[in-house]
Amino acid sequence: MTDLKEKARILDRDGIRRALTRIAHEIIERNKGTEDLVLIGIRRRGVPLARRLAEKIREIEGSLVPVGILDITLYRDDLSSLHPHPVVRQTEVNFSVKGKKVILIDDVLFTGRTIRAALDAVIDLGRPKNIQLAALIDRGHRELPIRADYIGKNVPTSRRELVEVRLDETDGEDEVIIQEKS
Amino acid sequence: MKMIIRGGRVLDPVSKRDEIADLYIQNGLVALPFEADSSTQIIDAAGRLVAPGFIDMHVHLREPGFEAKETIATGTAAAVRGGFTGVACMPNTNPVADNAAIIEFIKNKALEAGRCGVYPVGAITRGSQGKEMAELAGMRESGAVAFSDDGQPVKDAWMMRLAMQYCKMLGAVIISHCEEKSLVAGGVMHEGYYSTILGLKGIPAAAEEIMVSRDIILAAETGCPVHIAHISTAGSVALVREAKKRGISVTAEVTPHHFSLTDGAVADYSTNAKVNPPLRGEADLQAVLAGLADGTIDVIATDHAPHTYDEKNVEFDLAPFGMVGLETAVGLVWSELVHKGILTPLQAVAKLSFNPASILGLNRGMLTEGAAADITIIDPDLEETVDPAKFAGKGRNTPFTGRKLKGMPVMTIVAGEIKYQRSQKSGVRSRESEVRSQNEGTV
Amino acid sequence: MFKCKNLLGLQDLSAEEITFLLDTAIPMKDIISRPIKKVPTLRGKTVVNLFYENSTRTRSSFELAAKYLSADSVNISSSSSSVAKGESLYDTARTIQSLGADVIILRHPMAGSPRLLARTVDAAVINAGDGAHEHPSQALLDLFTVRERLGRLAGLKVVIVGDVLHSRVARSDIWGFTRMGAEVVVCGPPTLIPPGIDRMGVRVFHRLEEALPGADVIIMLRIQKERQQQGLFPSLREYAVLYGLNRRRLALARSGALVLHPGPMNRGVEISADIADGTSSVIEEQVTNGVAVRMALLYLLAGGGDRHENDY
Repeated sequence: MTDLKEKARILDRDGIRRALTRIAHEIIERNKGTEDLVLIGIRRRGVPLARRLAEKIREIEGSLVPVGILDITLYRDDLSSLHPHPVVRQTEVNFSVKGKKVILIDDVLFTGRTIRAALDAVIDLGRPKNIQLAALIDRGHRELPIRADYIGKNVPTSRRELVEVRLDETDGEDEVIIQEKS
Repeated sequence: MKMIIRGGRVLDPVSKRDEIADLYIQNGLVALPFEADSSTQIIDAAGRLVAPGFIDMHVHLREPGFEAKETIATGTAAAVRGGFTGVACMPNTNPVADNAAIIEFIKNKALEAGRCGVYPVGAITRGSQGKEMAELAGMRESGAVAFSDDGQPVKDAWMMRLAMQYCKMLGAVIISHCEEKSLVAGGVMHEGYYSTILGLKGIPAAAEEIMVSRDIILAAETGCPVHIAHISTAGSVALVREAKKRGISVTAEVTPHHFSLTDGAVADYSTNAKVNPPLRGEADLQAVLAGLADGTIDVIATDHAPHTYDEKNVEFDLAPFGMVGLETAVGLVWSELVHKGILTPLQAVAKLSFNPASILGLNRGMLTEGAAADITIIDPDLEETVDPAKFAGKGRNTPFTGRKLKGMPVMTIVAGEIKYQRSQKSGVRSRESEVRSQNEGTV
Repeated sequence: MFKCKNLLGLQDLSAEEITFLLDTAIPMKDIISRPIKKVPTLRGKTVVNLFYENSTRTRSSFELAAKYLSADSVNISSSSSSVAKGESLYDTARTIQSLGADVIILRHPMAGSPRLLARTVDAAVINAGDGAHEHPSQALLDLFTVRERLGRLAGLKVVIVGDVLHSRVARSDIWGFTRMGAEVVVCGPPTLIPPGIDRMGVRVFHRLEEALPGADVIIMLRIQKERQQQGLFPSLREYAVLYGLNRRRLALARSGALVLHPGPMNRGVEISADIADGTSSVIEEQVTNGVAVRMALLYLLAGGGDRHENDY
């Protein structure tokens, strides 16, 4: 393990809340309401983010949007070089995605490989009307032609840096920090 | 040729001699003390045991027929490296040693090899088929020391009875591999917990004990001496003990693997631990040790059974039975029996030399004046890890690889000639061998 | 994490490893229930089914598991290959290795063969049944089925009935259930109970009426007619009378007890038709769960390359 040094805090609790509120508004505006809208959070921190967005959408629009959980492990493109294979968890999408507008939600958009895997995983569940992407942080360094439709904050980073999103549900606090490998 | 073995602990089971002394050898015989002259070979045996040459009365030399496994030349090389000055070889060759010509062939091959004594055992029945008696008298004449259908036990009690009556006339012992085949029925290891968890077919102890009983009863009836080969179960030991008490002419041998391993050695499906009779349970091992200590078991013999690597590198069910033993036997006797106090050095020597010699009617196994100078010298403190790559025999099929042994043969003398000397830093030193070779090897 | 290279038997696995395997089978079972029963996970991996015994059931289960995970699979069976021409397992293994197999699934009539194979090849080896030794994937699907239905394994009473002597399923089930904290009882005629089995941590009964009270799970083993020819029991009729599971006997078990059978069943011999098709029977679920468990096994054993995880 390389040692990590905390470098900067880019979002605090309020910052995360404001970013999600804005994204919720943008989703509603762009989709002209919530009809056929479903949210799918990518394990692990995309899941609480999806739940929070659903709650915000309910506050704004008064309607409940279904939330699903996606585990993309089985779709990773680096499995052939991994030993042992990573832990697989359940995908819990208890609704049909057929004809739906799917909003994929992840905490950090980086190389784009996770999203590539998630797109395949969603399409294997059924044929959605369209798929959109929301990410709390976009840190650049894309390796695939993928962009987010909704971004909480753009954070230019170097490859040596690590963006860590911490959430109450998973980590006991709400903040986004940048760490640097020393 | 004159030789003096100086300062060793001389162990002679016949005279019960056990003392530090010099041993004199002249013209291939044990001699009265003489003055050393310039031609006398002096061997320093301080700290060593000097014993009558060990005789392994149960080996498979595989020649003729199975020369890929072993030959008489390689088998006798293994013997002298293991401290044996003589071996009795079983008749399950191809063709089976069931006639005088093959007995002669074996003896000639042994002379050619020129390493140690080879005492052929003839088959009891033609082709060891158990149907009709082989020409036992002819083989006896040619030098067969005993008769056995080892590996193919005589199934028919009537046939065995006839053979015993006939052998009684010839004054030859019958060596019986005791196995009731209907109880073996495809078994490949001892029947018990390990056969259960491994899912392998078991061979019950009763398969051996039933045949031991039968042959004891027939020995009592016919008066023919019977020697029970590779005894392995507590029940068999009890049967032999009881028979001896009743004065029946029965003797028994045990292999080093049966007094040092249990069926747990098979747990990894190790085909090198597949042997017949199989490695038994802990209670059997304890009974065997008790039988050794109280004299019920007369002899330690290896059942040396070499196989090729490919033959053993197969499914457990398909692998042939048997393991090599000549080159680990003495180390195991000292490690497991002598150092642990089960046998005194003198008792161990008796079971390796005089007892097998007397059962086979050989004038061997003693150090009295005029006896053949077959001598085994042992360093009781020498430690060595078993490494099959160093074996002189062809077979590498031993379950003892990596086992540390304490007490190893360091010199093997046959008829007054050094046939093997173990190289070691503090080894036995003789003037001649220092010039000749520092390397381990057969001479 | 599951760090074993091979799955040769449940004897070698800890409770943690078994739990991890069963947990991994849960998302796999979800995949089977989807319209598109396929994930790209093992693309480019080659799975070889090397079967020296006929087994439509186990072979097709492994084959489907491989296909659902997008692995390429090849079947080599004793009737269709050099195996029938007497090539040794060692040489066959070397050949398969050279073909580039990542996982070899071996079914073999001789106990211990998978160990010989694992010593010979670099590929992962899964034992799909070796003689009377083990059949670990069958036991794992039994464990999965029972855990899914009853919510736990620890503290359950599991009764295994029949020809335990020749049964690799029984041995794997005994290791698996006892390791997970269940109490295991075996029941059958003395001629079909192997010696020393109590040392595996089970109790032995010869009368079903004594074995069944309090049972949460009943595993019925298949009785093979050839055992009668070997003289191990007098007749199928007498066997059915003594050891057949019927409604009256099932009533001795705890209510809600599950009935399992590794298949194929001899209806009317070890199990009556009404029990086989009744509400206690989970025999069909076992088949579905078998695919899920085997997908989990393939996934966990087919990992390749570097032994570190990247920052995906």
